[in-house]
This record gives sequence, C-alpha cells and structure tokens, in this order.
Amino acid sequence: MGSLKMRPSPSMGEQDKMTPQTASSAPDAQKPQTLPGAEVLMRALDEQGVEVIFGYPGGAVLPIYDALFKQNRIRHVLVRHEQAAVHAAEAYARSTGKVGVVLVTSGPGATNAVTGLLDALMDSIPLVCLSGQVPSSLIGNDAFQEADTTGITRPVTKYNYLVRRPEDLAPAVHEAFTIARSGRPGPVLIDLPKNITVGDAPYLAASQTPMRVAKGTAEPDREAVKRAVAAMKKARRPLFYTGGGVINAGPKACENLRKLVKLTGFPITSTLMGFGAYPGNDKQYLGMLGMHGMYEANLATHGCDVLIALGSRFDDRVTGRVDAFSPDSFKIHADIDASQINKIIPVDQPIVGDAGRIIEMMIEEWEKEPAYAHQADLAAWWEQIEAWRALDCLRFSQDQAPDAVIKPQQAIRRIYELARETGRDTYVSTEVGQHQMWAAQFFRFDDPNRWLTSGGLGTMGYGLPAAVGAQIAHPEALVLDIAGEASTLMNIQELGTIAQYRLPVKLFIINNHYMGMVRQWQELLHGSRYSESYSDALPDFVKLAESFHAKGLRATRMEELDDTIRAALNHDGPVVVDLCVTEGENCFPMIPSGAAHNEMILGPDQEERGAKVTREGMMLV
Amino acid sequence: MQQEAPGSAVISLLVDNESGALARIVGLFSGRGYNIRSLTVAPVDEHGKQSRVNIVTTGSLADIRQIKAQVERLVPVSRVADLTADGPHVAREMAMIKVVSSGEPRTEALRIAQAFRARAVDTTASSFVFELTGSTDKLDSFIELMRPLGLVEVSRTGVAAICRGPQTIQSL
Repeated sequence: MGSLKMRPSPSMGEQDKMTPQTASSAPDAQKPQTLPGAEVLMRALDEQGVEVIFGYPGGAVLPIYDALFKQNRIRHVLVRHEQAAVHAAEAYARSTGKVGVVLVTSGPGATNAVTGLLDALMDSIPLVCLSGQVPSSLIGNDAFQEADTTGITRPVTKYNYLVRRPEDLAPAVHEAFTIARSGRPGPVLIDLPKNITVGDAPYLAASQTPMRVAKGTAEPDREAVKRAVAAMKKARRPLFYTGGGVINAGPKACENLRKLVKLTGFPITSTLMGFGAYPGNDKQYLGMLGMHGMYEANLATHGCDVLIALGSRFDDRVTGRVDAFSPDSFKIHADIDASQINKIIPVDQPIVGDAGRIIEMMIEEWEKEPAYAHQADLAAWWEQIEAWRALDCLRFSQDQAPDAVIKPQQAIRRIYELARETGRDTYVSTEVGQHQMWAAQFFRFDDPNRWLTSGGLGTMGYGLPAAVGAQIAHPEALVLDIAGEASTLMNIQELGTIAQYRLPVKLFIINNHYMGMVRQWQELLHGSRYSESYSDALPDFVKLAESFHAKGLRATRMEELDDTIRAALNHDGPVVVDLCVTEGENCFPMIPSGAAHNEMILGPDQEERGAKVTREGMMLV
Repeated sequence: MQQEAPGSAVISLLVDNESGALARIVGLFSGRGYNIRSLTVAPVDEHGKQSRVNIVTTGSLADIRQIKAQVERLVPVSRVADLTADGPHVAREMAMIKVVSSGEPRTEALRIAQAFRARAVDTTASSFVFELTGSTDKLDSFIELMRPLGLVEVSRTGVAAICRGPQTIQSL
C-alpha cells in the first residue's frame, strides 16, 4: 500500500491543488463533463475501483442513494447502525487490502460513525467515509440533522473535507482515496452538503486532478538500513518484533518477512495487529508479545540484545513499564510514520519508510555478506527460548467430565482447532476483552489479512459488523466472530444485516455472564468488588438468533462443546452459538500495569511468580 | 523518553490556506497535551494560498521533536521548521500597551517608552497607547515596568520568526 505514490506537485509552495482546474487553466484537458453532483460522486467512486459501500440512508444523502439506485456497478450493503458501517468497511479493507467505503447521513449519521473512524485511525485502516450535510446555505443555522461534522471528525480522521464548490467534488474524492491508502493508511471523511450532490458539478478524472504530495512515501534511507543490518549481524540474542505495518505493506512484504526471518534464523514475535504476517505455527514464531502475550515472547523481548521493530509502534499494551522495556537491546525501528520514532521508546537506529521496502532492503544487505558470526550464541539464545516455551504458559486445566463446565480457553481453542480441520480459508473477527486475548493466544494464522480485531481503540462491538465486512468481501470463506456476551450486545442489531444478505457468519459468544476483562481487573486491582461488571438480564441468545432468522445453538457442558462447534461450522448459513463457560476465569499470562516484561503473572497452573500491582500501576489502564 | 529541562521553541509552518487548517494544527496541540505559548498566522504568498504559522511552544528536546513530527503528518502542512534547533533566527512580536495615569507616573511612563523606543500611537490627556516591537523578553520587561505606572490593557501579536542569513524555511 505504501508503494502507491501520489504524483508529486511541481514545486513546494504551489500547494493549492484543490482549486478548480477548468479547461481554460489546463489547456490539454478536455472540457469536463457536467453531471448532477451525486452522479459525479458515483463516477469518481467507480474510477477509484469501489465495489462495495457500507451505509445507511437519511435525508441529507437521498440524492446519493438515488444515484446509487440508478447504477449497478457499485453494491450497497445496508447496515443497521452507522458505527457498524464503519467497522464493516474496516474489516472489508483489512481483509482485502482495498479502501473501505462508508456512506452516512448528516448529524446523527455522522456522529454515529465517529467511533469507527477513530478505530480505523488507531489501527491504520484505509477508509473513505462520505457523510451528508445540510445545504451550504443552512450550515451554521442549527438546521435539522446538522452537525459540525468536519469539526467533530477532525481528530478522528487522517484528513477530512467539506465540499463547498461543485468543482471541488471529484478532486476531493480522488485525493481522499490517495490520502487514505498512501503512507500510513487511515480514514478520510468527505462531508457533502445536499446542494452539492443535487446541483451540477464537473467530472474530473483522477488523472486530471492535481494532488498534494503524499506523506510517508519516500524511499527508506539505504544507509540507515545498512547500519541496522550491521547491528543484526553483530546480534547474539536478536528478536524481530513486527506489527500491523507489515500487513499494510501488503502480501509481498509478508512474503519477504518470511524470507528475512528464515535467512537470519532469528526468533520473531508479533503485535496483536500483525498476526499472519509471519506463519503462526512456524517454529521461529514466538506468538504475541505484550500484556497478555506469550511468556517466551515477553522474556525474549526483555532479554534480547538487538530488537528489530518492523511496522510496530511500541504501544503501551506491548511495552509494559517503559523504563524497563527491553533494557539491554540495540533497538532498530522501521516505521512509515516518522512521528512513531522515539515517541515512547528511544531507539538506536530509526528507518522511516514502508515496511515492505525496508524488509526488501534488509534482505539485500544481509545477503551481501551472508556470514553471520554468532551462530553459537544464537543457538544458545534459542535454547533459552525453548526453555521458556517449555513452561507452556497457556496451559489451563479443563475438567474433561462430560457434564463439566466449559472453560473459555477450552471453547476458544476448540473453535480454532475445529475451524482449522475444515480446511477452509478462515477469517476471524473478535470483540474486545478476555475472549479477544484468548483468541489472540490460541488462534494462529498462516496468512495475513485473516485476523480482524480492534487493537488501538479496543472497541467493544467491533466484531459482528467486522464479520459482515469480511463475509461480504469473501463470500466463499469461513467467517467467525469470537465474541463476549457483553461486547456483542453493543452491535447485535447487525444480525439483521447478516440475515438480509444471507451472510453465513458464525458468531461464537463466549458467555461468562461478565464483562470478563473488567471483572478480571476488579479481582486483581479492586479487591474483587465487581462493580457493574455482571451481565444481568441477558437475552436468550438462541431465541435471539432465531428471531433474526439465524440458527441458534448452545453448549453448556463439555460433552456438547465439540459437536456444537462442528454443527455451527457445518451449517450453511448464519449461526449464533451461546457457549456458556465458567464465570471467574482470568486471562493469563498477564503483565500487570506498571510492571516489566520479566514480571509477568502466570496462570494458577504455573508456579507463582510475577509482580504485584503498584499504586502507580493502578493508575494505568 | 528521558526528560531534559523544558525549553522554549519556535516552530514555523507553511500550510495550505484552507478552511480548518488552523483548527487541525491547534487541535493537534491540545489533543496531545502540547503547550502553545503564542501563535501567529497570516497568508504569505502572492496568491494567498499558503499561510505561515509561527508557534512558540515549550517542552523537552524530545517533546519538541515529537511535536514537529506530529505536525509534519498533517495533510495541509507542507513545511515544518524548528527555528530554535535549526540555526540562528530572528523572532519578534508587537504589542500595544495602554497606560492610564497622570502626573509623575504619566511622565515616567513616557520616559521609559522613549528608552524602549516605543511609539505612542494614541494619546489623550489621561492615557497613552504605546506600540512596541521587539523580542518577547523586551516586551515582557516593558510591560512589567508599565504595571505600576497605570497599565490597564495589553494586546500582543505573538511571535513572528524567520531564520537568519540566506536560508529559508524551504531550504532548512
């Protein structure tokens, strides 16, 4: 994605690229065709390769919906809430590498989209959100369904537009797509007053639209890569730490990452956003690092002497206590966004640029002098890592009796294993909480773009609409949402969308009757005072499913677990599975807030060790 | 990040003169908890399509670097320079200072104004409005001196800054 470059502007200082380019000012261009604004919009979307829009109609976007009705190239998916439209578009984008497109009306339509836009911004997902606006003449008058949409969405988008003149319409769309997918991808919003979509506007093709210089598309500094590789050659205890930036860099970047990791023989750990960039079941892969990361991944991070961060941003869920993070390592940080360098952790060798390009250059530099002098040290490092791995940090004890209560870990592990047995291409979305972390621990991905989760923002209610987006993009694939009963209720209305489009999504609700992660923190930090974290008055999820024309299944005992999961996976249609699990289970391992990686708390089945939470730690989230 | 003693920095930007551009910059500062001590903005090219923004901010060296990197990400921002770090620069601001007094304090105010080369741009029997241009420090000391002499109102522009010598914000 980062390889997509905008055309450079002729010179700095002549940046007025959004002004109208009429035929007279661009002598070689043909006189632009004039069409109603909504049709100009459709044409521009079509030119940008848009196939699907996730949206919800309303007064201010009626002209756009009318234009949609009159064409058949772009498909519209009607969601049941605008937040869901954005999450669905995020998953569509994440699972295809394309830009996701959202269409919402003015006022509440736009404000409902805000959470999704911020979610996309935090996780670097390319989106274009089109919002209706009251006619220009009414802006500022507190008109019906008016909101200061560009004002409200400014901090939650990479960029936004209010189209004030008809001649700005097509150029805004073209530039929005370029901004959304170039450099560090993100959401872009275009606010469209109704007079702009109703009135006539000139159509300008992307090639006729001069655009601003894209940020973050410069070639990485070869010398910086050389210094990084020189440090890697000297490493005795190296570790790759890769993130979502590699996924955003595209399938070729992921392929090259595999090549680089094999070439070096180094261990690799991944952030939550980076799953599948490197095969999850490969021996060199240590699993996720961070707060609920693998014991071996976190101790390797703590103990390594060269840390190679690729497309990852040292998020606080990853670092734990910042001043104790990987204390003795030489840190290489490759990121497309220069503002991520030295933001949280001071690094020794920054490289700004596209992760894919940097990995390519690293391979070239490594191969120039393939000798690596520290094989013996690396072997000893691997021995140490294997010893950590042997602790089996995800171990839990499940009573195997037929009538035993199912543990959430058991449920999630079996969903993974049984889904894998189907041999189908599988996309997995999650909600946010304990189930998300267990899914992150137990699910291992062979390929990128298959794992859809809300990482940076931690948005409960993400998973079900994300499953909609993934299934729309991949109609033949198996799409699972690993959910908690509390999270999934936040966007449960999307069962309606699932029914309407006959999407065979499998919603697995890990039902422990608690906001599990809240409950866990209350147990560990607040004296087991479970303030407002009990999921009271839950619906009957089986009947709920049936009322939305889906299949409803339930398992409460061990003997029912596998059969229920299999029945769900084999059903040719949408399924909601209510998996009733033990209530008080905690997600381990865990780095308590304010602690370092070598102070992890392990589960009750491992020997007791780790840090107690300090008062300072309690203040962290 | 290691915390050095917080210092002051003048950051100059060239931005597309479009609606919302200033809100974007100011919102970034408030949203990320950066301080704006003063802010000036005006169009600077012949067609009025680019504006120059000068921001005086405070923070450790690492903070200032982070601020610069964050501002650089904004789409309408085409150029960012940390004038304090990038070499010698000139930074000036203008103030209008109203002093209402009579008798000895009034003559004393006028005397000090002459010493500072402040101009009286408005004069009545009981008041002066002094116009003074100079460094922030110079303006600060003048205002402090006026305080006991009948100072009633101050209007300051904030800092405009430019680097010394032939180099420009574009060539930095």
